[in-house]
Amino acid sequence: MSAGQEAEVVLRLDRISKSFGALKANDAVSLTLRRGEVVALLGENGAGKTTLMNILFGHYVADEGEVQVFGQPLPPGNPRAALAAGVGMVHQHFTLAGNLTVLDNIRLGTEGLWSRSHSGARDKVERLSRDFGLAVHPDAKVGRLSVGERQRVEILKALYRDARILILDEPTAVLTPQESDALFATLRKATALGLSVIFISHKLHEVMAIADRCVVLRHGRVVGEVDTQTTDKGALAALMVGGELSLPRAEARVAGPVLMRLDGVSTPDRGAAPGLKAVTLDLRAGQITGLAGVSGNGQAALAEIVGGLALPASGRIVLKDTPVTRWSPGEALARGVARIPEDRHHQGSIADFDLTENAVLEGYRTRFSRRGWMNWRAARAFAEGIIKGYDVRCPGPDTRIRLLSGGNMQKLILGRAMAPGPEVILANQPVRGLDVGAIAYVQSQLIAARDRGAAVLLISEDLDEIMGLSDVIHVMSQGRLSPGFTRGTMTAAELGLWMAGQKFGDADAA
Amino acid sequence: MRLEPIANPSPARRLGLPALALVATLGVAMLLALVAGANPFAILGQIATGALGSKLAILETLNRATPLIFTGLAIAVAFRAKLWNIGAEAQLYAGAIMAVVLGTGALGSPLVLPVSALAAMLAGAALLLGPVLLKTRLGVDEVVTTLLLNFIMLLFVSYLLEGPMKDPMGMGWPKSTPLIPEARLPRLVEGLRLHWGFALAIIAAVIVWVIQTRTTLGFEIRAVGQNPEAARFAGMPVNAVMVKTALLSGGLAALAGWSEVAGLKGHLSSDLSPGFGYTGIIVAMLALLHPLGVVVTAIFVAGIFVGSDAMSRAAGVPTYIADMLLATALLFMVLAILLTKVRVVRG
Repeated sequence: MSAGQEAEVVLRLDRISKSFGALKANDAVSLTLRRGEVVALLGENGAGKTTLMNILFGHYVADEGEVQVFGQPLPPGNPRAALAAGVGMVHQHFTLAGNLTVLDNIRLGTEGLWSRSHSGARDKVERLSRDFGLAVHPDAKVGRLSVGERQRVEILKALYRDARILILDEPTAVLTPQESDALFATLRKATALGLSVIFISHKLHEVMAIADRCVVLRHGRVVGEVDTQTTDKGALAALMVGGELSLPRAEARVAGPVLMRLDGVSTPDRGAAPGLKAVTLDLRAGQITGLAGVSGNGQAALAEIVGGLALPASGRIVLKDTPVTRWSPGEALARGVARIPEDRHHQGSIADFDLTENAVLEGYRTRFSRRGWMNWRAARAFAEGIIKGYDVRCPGPDTRIRLLSGGNMQKLILGRAMAPGPEVILANQPVRGLDVGAIAYVQSQLIAARDRGAAVLLISEDLDEIMGLSDVIHVMSQGRLSPGFTRGTMTAAELGLWMAGQKFGDADAA
Repeated sequence: MRLEPIANPSPARRLGLPALALVATLGVAMLLALVAGANPFAILGQIATGALGSKLAILETLNRATPLIFTGLAIAVAFRAKLWNIGAEAQLYAGAIMAVVLGTGALGSPLVLPVSALAAMLAGAALLLGPVLLKTRLGVDEVVTTLLLNFIMLLFVSYLLEGPMKDPMGMGWPKSTPLIPEARLPRLVEGLRLHWGFALAIIAAVIVWVIQTRTTLGFEIRAVGQNPEAARFAGMPVNAVMVKTALLSGGLAALAGWSEVAGLKGHLSSDLSPGFGYTGIIVAMLALLHPLGVVVTAIFVAGIFVGSDAMSRAAGVPTYIADMLLATALLFMVLAILLTKVRVVRG
């Protein structure tokens, strides 16, 4: 798409600098956004993207520099002014009230306490959702909507407030590929109607697909500004991390004995989420087993079974030919099952605990205490070992983990899981939301664990990741598990048919 | 107006705001005194002298602080695990009952004191066991169950004092048979009114502090309180930790009642506690749930009560001023603590 160099400049960030103590989060960052243009803001975690957007939106006050919207300087530190000037932001974590309807959520905060002009609002929302292809029912309760639909509500909310500039913070992190495509279609309609978009992401292929221009931040500075027409993914990745980088690909290996087997395991459905339907799965030594599938097709139930958080309603869990009789997270750990949880913020770590305390969460009973007394000296040394061995960037083991970026948090969790030398490793969405550097690191560690003879179960919604790393691929759909396909025997399109559930029907009919 | 988090609050902010809260509390106190028709400055002076002005006053304050340290610790332990024990008052009376049951002749020296203390702790723990099991097994809100147990317990005590435990020599007053001398806690210093309960309370605070910072149980309690989902994922027995926390909390609250009967009163009556169980919540919150901080805030709160009593006698201002003072102190302190973490931004 050609926005044209002559198009009006709608937003200008002029040499924005912001320091937090010794850290320069933004160092003279300048950025312009023109009418009808999508600019991608690209950078690793901690590169300063979020700080910059928070300054634009008035959450932080810049130390130096100026923000101009439609030629007018924006008063610093005033989110209302940003809203009034036509800047709308869709955060990664939605700010919606689940017990209210879509319409009420959109109206919330825009109208006075006593005004009751419902019909005008409804007309406007319906018109916007038609114009921008944002299909969602105004009277639906937000709590019942899917993640993709909630994001549409957030975008509608911004449009309803007459936003002319949309900022989307990692919008596709929570979406399925189909939902991402729908979002991109919406963004194309929006720019055609004259809106401008800042698109924050680390997913390079999306940036290439949707953005006109791309501004790359590293360590708080702009290190590159390129037209997506004239660049490629490799060049962008190199800009982001400051050097050439390629994601690891695992070479095939001969598999060893079965270390863990699920034998006809079923679990009850939970609301809309399907339970497991007589799933039989072998996890072999020296093998990465990839589990592909659209989110919400029973992967969570499978991860709970493997990780010790749930018991099968029927069927057996067999560890090295011995069926387990007692099964809990502690039992799983004791039997050599390491877990990298899907949600590192709520399951994998305790936000206000420091790195030492988080590092020993799983091993404090067996390795860092005696007769009920904690050995904090050993715990601290262990945390320091992880920090060094896994390149966790932090001020030290006494730092609260909430202050770490997602990638560094994940490295600590990885180090904690790998420390006891596990035989089975459950990696549930291990690289979701991470930047390229951290992704490469986490994946190479999983491959290294496989090469040491561990059985790795990799659950991911990213088909590229599954196909790049797995020795054997299974697909889940509606709680059913496909047969295992050896690496290289299936194309993405064929796996896609399994993901959509069509192939299961064939198998049932046969 | 919005709240913006502060990444690293300055020491001036962290110390200055709580100090400001205290000053604001004093301001409100003076306003109240003015409303009551007295000289505000004189009243503050009288509260201070009443609490700290003489050796006798100080000892009285420390005596009054003793049950507050125990109930404050009970609350601090429970709240740290996000177990909302509002029933310290009932657990206190459970401990007091055990002091009477075992201290009126059933046991002799030297067994009676340690055994009755242990029995008191078990009784308090048992009283919290029901609510915590209902919470962990069935998801019943422990705020409701522990709160209602307070009323049940108080009626049970009334029944005991009118019936089985009634002192035959009590001239008809609803109070229990007095403890035998061997069952009484000795004075800390001969000739002074301060009893051993105070020393035991401080020892208990140190023990709780050591448990919280040095033991696996303490680690588990903090983890379960901060994020039960992560604790469960990491293999912690979340429900068992909750039950252990409840037993510890109930036991500590019971010691408050036990030490009041064995150390101070020598008998049980239904006015043994003027709400020590509830005031313990204020004590624990003001101490930010820190066990050693509880000792300090308990003495502070006790000082306000004792000082207000003295002031009331001298100035004729009702002692309710103490309750209002504590309530405002708590509110201002909560606000001050919030404002050390966030700043208010206009816009």
